[in-house]
Formats: sequence, structure tokens, C-alpha cells
Amino acid sequence: MLSFDGLVAVCVLYVLILFAVAFIAEKRATEGKARWLNSPITYTLSLSIYTTAWTFYGAVGSAVRNGLEFLTIYLGPTLVFIGWFWLLRKMVRIGRAQRITSIADMISSRYGKSGGVAALVTLLSVIGATPYIALQLQSVTLSFSVFADGGALGAPDADQTAIWVAAGLALFTIVFGTRSLDVNERHPGLVSAIALEAIVKLAAILAVGIFVVWGVADGPANMLARIEVSPINNTAWNGARWLGLTVLAGAAILCLPRMFQVLVVENTDERHLATAGWAFPLYLLLISLFVVPIAVIGLEMFGSDANPDLFVLTVPLGLGQDGLALLVFLGGFSAATSMVIVAALALSTMLSNHIIVPFWLRLTRHDDPMSGDMRRVALTARRLSIAGVLFLGYGYYRLSGGADALADIGLIAFLGVAQILPALLGGILWRGATRVGAALGIGAGFLIWVWLLLIPNIAETGGMMPAILSDGPFGLTWLSPATPLGLQATDPLLTAMVLSLGVNTLLFILGSLMSFPSPLERLQGAQFVNVYDHSQPLYGWQGATGAADDLLVMAQRILGAGRAGRLFETAAEAQGRTGGVPEPTPDFLERLERELAGSVGAATAHAMVAQIVGGASVSVRDLLAVADETAQIMEYSIQLETKSEELAQAAARLQEANAKLTALSRQKDAFLSQISHELRTPMTSIRAFSELLMQDEGIDDAARARFSRIIHDETLRLTRLLDDLLDLSVLEHGRVTLHEGETALSDVLERAVRIAGAQDGEGRLKIIRDHDSEAVTLWTDADRLTQVFINLISNAQKYCDAAHPEMVVSVRQMPGRIQVDFADNGSGIPTRQQALIFEKFARADTARGAPGAGLGLAISREIMIRLGGGLSYVPSEQGTRFRVRLPLRLRRAA
Amino acid sequence: MARRLFLGRRTYRQNRLQDAARLLPILGMVLGFAPVFIRGDATLLGGADLSNWLVYYFVIWIGLIVLTAFVSWSLTRSDRKDAADVTPPPPPRAEQR
Repeated sequence: MLSFDGLVAVCVLYVLILFAVAFIAEKRATEGKARWLNSPITYTLSLSIYTTAWTFYGAVGSAVRNGLEFLTIYLGPTLVFIGWFWLLRKMVRIGRAQRITSIADMISSRYGKSGGVAALVTLLSVIGATPYIALQLQSVTLSFSVFADGGALGAPDADQTAIWVAAGLALFTIVFGTRSLDVNERHPGLVSAIALEAIVKLAAILAVGIFVVWGVADGPANMLARIEVSPINNTAWNGARWLGLTVLAGAAILCLPRMFQVLVVENTDERHLATAGWAFPLYLLLISLFVVPIAVIGLEMFGSDANPDLFVLTVPLGLGQDGLALLVFLGGFSAATSMVIVAALALSTMLSNHIIVPFWLRLTRHDDPMSGDMRRVALTARRLSIAGVLFLGYGYYRLSGGADALADIGLIAFLGVAQILPALLGGILWRGATRVGAALGIGAGFLIWVWLLLIPNIAETGGMMPAILSDGPFGLTWLSPATPLGLQATDPLLTAMVLSLGVNTLLFILGSLMSFPSPLERLQGAQFVNVYDHSQPLYGWQGATGAADDLLVMAQRILGAGRAGRLFETAAEAQGRTGGVPEPTPDFLERLERELAGSVGAATAHAMVAQIVGGASVSVRDLLAVADETAQIMEYSIQLETKSEELAQAAARLQEANAKLTALSRQKDAFLSQISHELRTPMTSIRAFSELLMQDEGIDDAARARFSRIIHDETLRLTRLLDDLLDLSVLEHGRVTLHEGETALSDVLERAVRIAGAQDGEGRLKIIRDHDSEAVTLWTDADRLTQVFINLISNAQKYCDAAHPEMVVSVRQMPGRIQVDFADNGSGIPTRQQALIFEKFARADTARGAPGAGLGLAISREIMIRLGGGLSYVPSEQGTRFRVRLPLRLRRAA
Repeated sequence: MARRLFLGRRTYRQNRLQDAARLLPILGMVLGFAPVFIRGDATLLGGADLSNWLVYYFVIWIGLIVLTAFVSWSLTRSDRKDAADVTPPPPPRAEQR
């Protein structure tokens, strides 16, 4: 027989192997090479944490006491798994689409990310799991005690064993469960270690079974014959318990935090479910196949006085099969450790995410929950939680003193977590389920369960039954856990199950029907229930390197090849990797996200990165944030568009003004040369002729008179030019005095035509007038108006290039004003010069070479503005047409 | 498979496979719970009662596993085919509820 210290040595060796496997798996996974990690077989094996030490050893005991009842614990999960297409697939899809990290996260996400519901589920899970962990520690210490003959280290001390096991498990879980805050909460190292443990425990139980059936009994037929004569054949068969326990086991596999961890969170490929759907039931079948034979042989060998819970171990030991016994011991050890590791991991995630970190945030009023500092807090919280959960389990084990009552805790824990079931199923199948209903249902079911089962069990484990439990609080016996509602319950578990789940479901439905969900809750409800419409299946886990490549492609698309390349290279160098592709660590992802956020907005960046790294689809909150950003960007772009339109208009106006200025400047240059010419010509003649006169010899009187007249004429011309300039300046500066009086329009016209020398038969321009329409009396400055008319007529005399020049003067009376048009039959003014003709230095090209300084029209326009009217050029098909507008008034308003 | 009358034949087959996948747990429940009603609380009959039921349970268990394996394999096989196609099959109606 193996000594105790030999056993410890084997255990330590086994644990070292597990560490090595986990370490290698982790390493290969980060290199993206671990294909076997991504296989459906690994996934199925990791699910085997369902069969804990409790079922590994306890199933045989259960078979001895209750016959086939142990099968229900496997039948329930089998039913759930063969229906994987209906329920499990949906859960996995939701878990992936919503980046769910735990069962509490699942429930809270569904019900509008409610922190309260998450905390409630976490509390429930921790309370349910603590005794269960104690149970595992008990199994391990019990199995140690079977090899009880002591060695160099002395006889096994149960407490010592338990604390060493607990500490070892905490270490393993912390090392491989919290290496980093992984973006997708997957733990390849842990999963591979668990898969290995699954193989060990299956091999162990199969080995014992085969040894019993073919080694002890004489094959299956002989075995069946032995069963018929065994005491097991006479065990009671309870149909109600059969139904109830099957349902309970089915519910538990959906709700147990550790099962949720391996089933949903660690799932890498939705198609693995198709394999697990039949392979996991097969695993369960193989585990339970030899339970009854082992029980029968155990009873044959040791009688009914021995502890049937340890038959798996004592039968091979009793037959002298030490090697086999050691294998069984390792199998039981595996079953216990794998359960505790995953449970501690799942619970620590929940505790840290839903209780510690929110509490810490509230305490410190941290305003940036995703900073690196926060990540450290979360990691520490998680490590402390793992240690805390295991310490709780150990404490409970010490408290219970390894009592037999602990064995019942397995089913009690199942019922505890099953309180989540109504909210879970309702949440993914019924859009109408609300947070209020979920909280009410879970809360009520939880309280009923605690009162009817947990407290009595703890009391019984502690060895005392206070009166408050047996007689009910305040002496109300109908409240007592022993006789709830006055029922003489024969089976406390089934009674509590019906009561707690019944009230839970009822309150869940009523609460949902009567409350009104928040918008986020309704959106999440739609996302959960119609998850197939909103998400793509996850096929295959992208290895880390693959993800980094995808990230690089995406980053290049957004940041440009150069910048993205530099970013990735720097990050790779910082990580000490060559080849320019960094490992997608949280730090790097955060930095990349920030870089991307600068281009596409924070929410979009987060969604894009998550899509690649997490293989996740976008959550509603992400979508809402993206929509917000998009709306902001759209508004901004509309503003920009409006502004750019305004700018374009301003630019067009400026261009126009510039063109005008350029033209004006050209005209001014032309005018200056013109005016200097105009001034110079008379000056030259005056100087020349006055010099001639000064010579005073050989000049006769006639010549002298002619010279004097020329000088005089030229002086007049100069004076007129200067008068014009002065006149314009005076008009422009508004310093002109008007001599207004009553006058007839016809008189003014008559005078203008006469002065311009354009009367009938005089000059070459023919004026055509309509005297009837000219009979209008005006109140105006007649001299000034005459000046304007003269200017217009003389312009026509000068510039009209028709063979027989004609000018039509037409008068129209309009309401409140008079309009006088002067239209000739010349070629008109080119369009591009029409805008300039009224400028004071302007002269039309057609006027070039003709006398005049180009001041006439400018002066006329100023005069008309002073007179309260206006002068404009009217574009027409033929000839030049100027329009004079005059106010029609008899007296000045003043 | 000489006749290919409708293009939708494979989609139809796929939908019936999904129906079968959903009905499997019901079959399992009927088979698993039937003894509750047949066997009743009969413990005093003696004879080969327990070993017969033990055999019964392992037989239906294996049967369910084989059935599930077949249906799952067919489902994923058509999934794999569809992955090569341009258009995925429409989600079954029950999922859109």
C-alpha cells in the first residue's frame, strides 16, 4: 500500500504536470499555434468539470442508497445537451455577441446592464458555491485518509491536507486565471489543464469499472445477474424525485457559474456545440456506466456498513490493485481540483466585476474606468476574490467538521443556482421580461431557498438545530423550514424546489408584466431574444497573430499605411518582438483604440477593435454611442457645408470687385493719360502762340488776332475741363446748392436741344420728340436738369456711329415719377463696359479719340441723384438707351 | 437523388433537420420520464427489475447520443456547405420569435 508521503509526492508531481501543460498551452496559444485548443474535443472535455468529486465518488454511494437515482444527475444535462441547437447555441451566441464574462454579467446585460441584479446573482452564486467547494475539499481529504498508514510526514491530518489543497488551487487559479485581463476572458492554459484532468478521471473510473466487470465478475451477463441479487435491487424508487432531480440537474448545468464559464465564456467556436451536443452526453454515460457494478461489488466485498462513497477507491485497494487505486485517487483529485479552479475563476470574475470594482469606483469617484490604473485594480480584485472564495470554502469545511450532512449540499447548491433559471430562460426567449421581474423572482426564490434548505443544512452540519428552525420564527410553525406552509414535507429538497422555483417564476412573470422596462433594457431584450438576426456565428478562434494582422489591415485603412506601420512597429519593439507585429495585449489595444478614436470616434474604434479581437459583434450601447457620434459628425459637416457655401459666395463677390477694380484702375490710367493729353494740348498751343506773339516781329495784326483767339479758346477749354472736375467734386461731396423751382419738362428739353445745337436742320443728329407727353410740370433745378439732358444729347452727337444718327426722346409717366428715355440708333455700348460708363474717369472704347474727358456721365448721374431721381443705362437690342428718372412732385416735401 | 425539383430542397431539408434537433430533447424527456409513470413506486416486485431498467436507460441513452450525433453532423455538414455559398440559409422561423 502506498504511504502518505508517497501519495503527497504523486500529487505534487501531478500538479506540476498540470502547471506545465497549462504553461505550454498558454504559450502556444499566444503564438497562435495551439490548434488542439480549438478542437471540439478539448471543449467537450472542459465541460466535464460538471462531474466533480461529489459525483466521482458520490455516485456509487447514491447507487447503494437510492438505486438508479444517481442517473438523474446525468440525465438532466443530457437532455439539455441533445437539445443544444435550441438553447445552448443561443446562449453561446449571445455570450459572444454581448461579450459576456459570467452568468451574472449575462443576466445583468439582458436586464439593462443592471448592477443590482448582477450583484444579486453574484451573491447567490457565491453562497451556493462555497459549501460545494467545501465538499470538494472534503472528498480530497477523505480520499487521502483512505491511504492512512502514515509515512515520514506522519499520519494525514485532514485540516492540513485541506488547507494545502486550497492554497495550491488558489495559486494555480491565480497564475493561469488572472495572468491578464484578457479582452475575451479566455484562459487557454486553464482549459487545457482541465481537459487533461477530464481524461484522467474518465480513465480512472473506466479502469475500475472494467476491472470490476471483467476482473471480479465474469463479464456483463454475470454482472447483471449479480445486480439482481444485490441489495441495490431492493432500493426504493421515487418517481417524483426522479422527475425533480432530472429537472434540477438540467437547470444547474445552465446556471452554475463554473459551467457557464466553460460552456459560454471559454467557447471558441459555435460549431463545437454540435460535437459537444453528443460527445458530452457520451462522456457522462461513460462516467456513470460502471457506477452500479462498482456499488454491487463494493457491497459484496465490504457489506452495507462501509462508506459506499469511497467504494471507487476501496474496491481496488481491497483487491490489492494499488496502481489502480492510485489512478482513482488522481481521478478524484482531478475532479475536485478542476471544479474548484473553474468555480473560483468564475466567481472571482463575478465578484470583481459586479461587486468589488463598482464599489471601489464609487468609493474613489474614479472618472476613467478603463485606465491602466483601473485594470490593475480589477486584476488585484480578481486575485483577492479567488483567494477569498477558496478561503470561504475552506472555512465552511472546517466549520462543518467534515460531517456527512455535507454530502447533501450538492443538490442544495444546484437548487440555489437554479433560481437564476427563470430570469435566464425568460431573458433569452421572452422580450417582455423586465429587470423588476428578474430581481423579484431571483430575490424571492433565493430567500425561500436560504430559509428552507441552506440554513437548516448549515445548522445540521453544525450539529445543532435551533428552536427557531424546528418551531418556526415567533412560534409560527407554518414558517418553519421543517413544515413550510404547514406541509408535512417528506422530501425537503423537492418541497423547497417547488416552492422556491414556483414563487420565483410567478413573481418573475408578474413583475415583468406589470413593470415598464427602460430603453436600454428593451434594446438589450431585443438583442438577446433575436440574437440570430443581429450577429454572425463565431467560427474558429482567431489566433493572436491572426488578430494582430487583421488589426494592422484595419489600422492601415484608417490611419494610413505609414502611420499604422510605425505604430505597430513601435509596439512590437516595446514588447521585444521582431517582425513588426505586436501581440495584441490590452495595453496595445488600448493605445490602438485611442489612435483610431482620433479618426473615427471612440465608440466606433472600440467596436472595430472588439470585432477583430473579441470576434464579438457590436452591443447596443456601442451602437447608441456610434449613432451619437455620427449625428455629431453629420451636424458638424452640415455646418461646414454652410460655411463653405458662404465663403464661396464671398469669394465670388470679391472676385467681381477685384475685376471691377482692375478695370477701373486701367480706366484711371487711361484717363490720366487722357487728361494730361487734354491739358497738355491746349497748354502747348497757348505756349507756342504766346511765344510767337512775344517775338513781335513779322506778325501782322490779323495773325496776332488769330493767335490771341486761339489762346483764348484754349484757355476756355482748359477752364471748362477744370470746371467739370470741380463740378464733379462738389457734386460728389454733397456740397452742391440746388435752385429748385417750378418748371415744365418740355421747356427744359427745348433748351437742352437748343444749347446742344441739335435743333431741326442743325447738326447731323436728328431728335425725335413727342411734345404731348412732355407736358409735365416739375419741381426741380431746371439748370441742372438741362445740363444732364445736354450731356446725353451731346454724347449721342459725338458717339452715335449710325449713317443717319437719330435720337428718340420719350417721356413716360409712372406713379410718383417720370421716366425720360434717350435712345439713339448707334451700335450701343459693349456689355462689359456698361458697368463702368458712369465711373468718373471712364470712357467707352467707342469714345476713344473723341474729345471729352469722360466726366459727363459721372456728373449727370451725380446730379440726378441729388435731384432725387437717377440715371441708368438700359440694355436694349439696338442702340444706346439712357433712362432718366425724376420724382414727380409739385413742391418739395419740406 | 435523381430528381431536383425545387432549388429550395436543401434549405427545406436543413429546416427539417433543425426541427429534429429541437425535438430531440422532447424525445429524450419522453423516454427518460416514461419509467416514472410505468414503474410507479414498484419496489416490492423483486426479480430483475433494477438491472432491466438500468439496461433500458443505457440503451435509450446511447440511442439519443447516436441520434444527436447524426443530426448535429448533418446540420454542420450543410453549414459547411453553406459557408462556401454566397448566401447563408435564412434563419429558421422559430429563432425570429
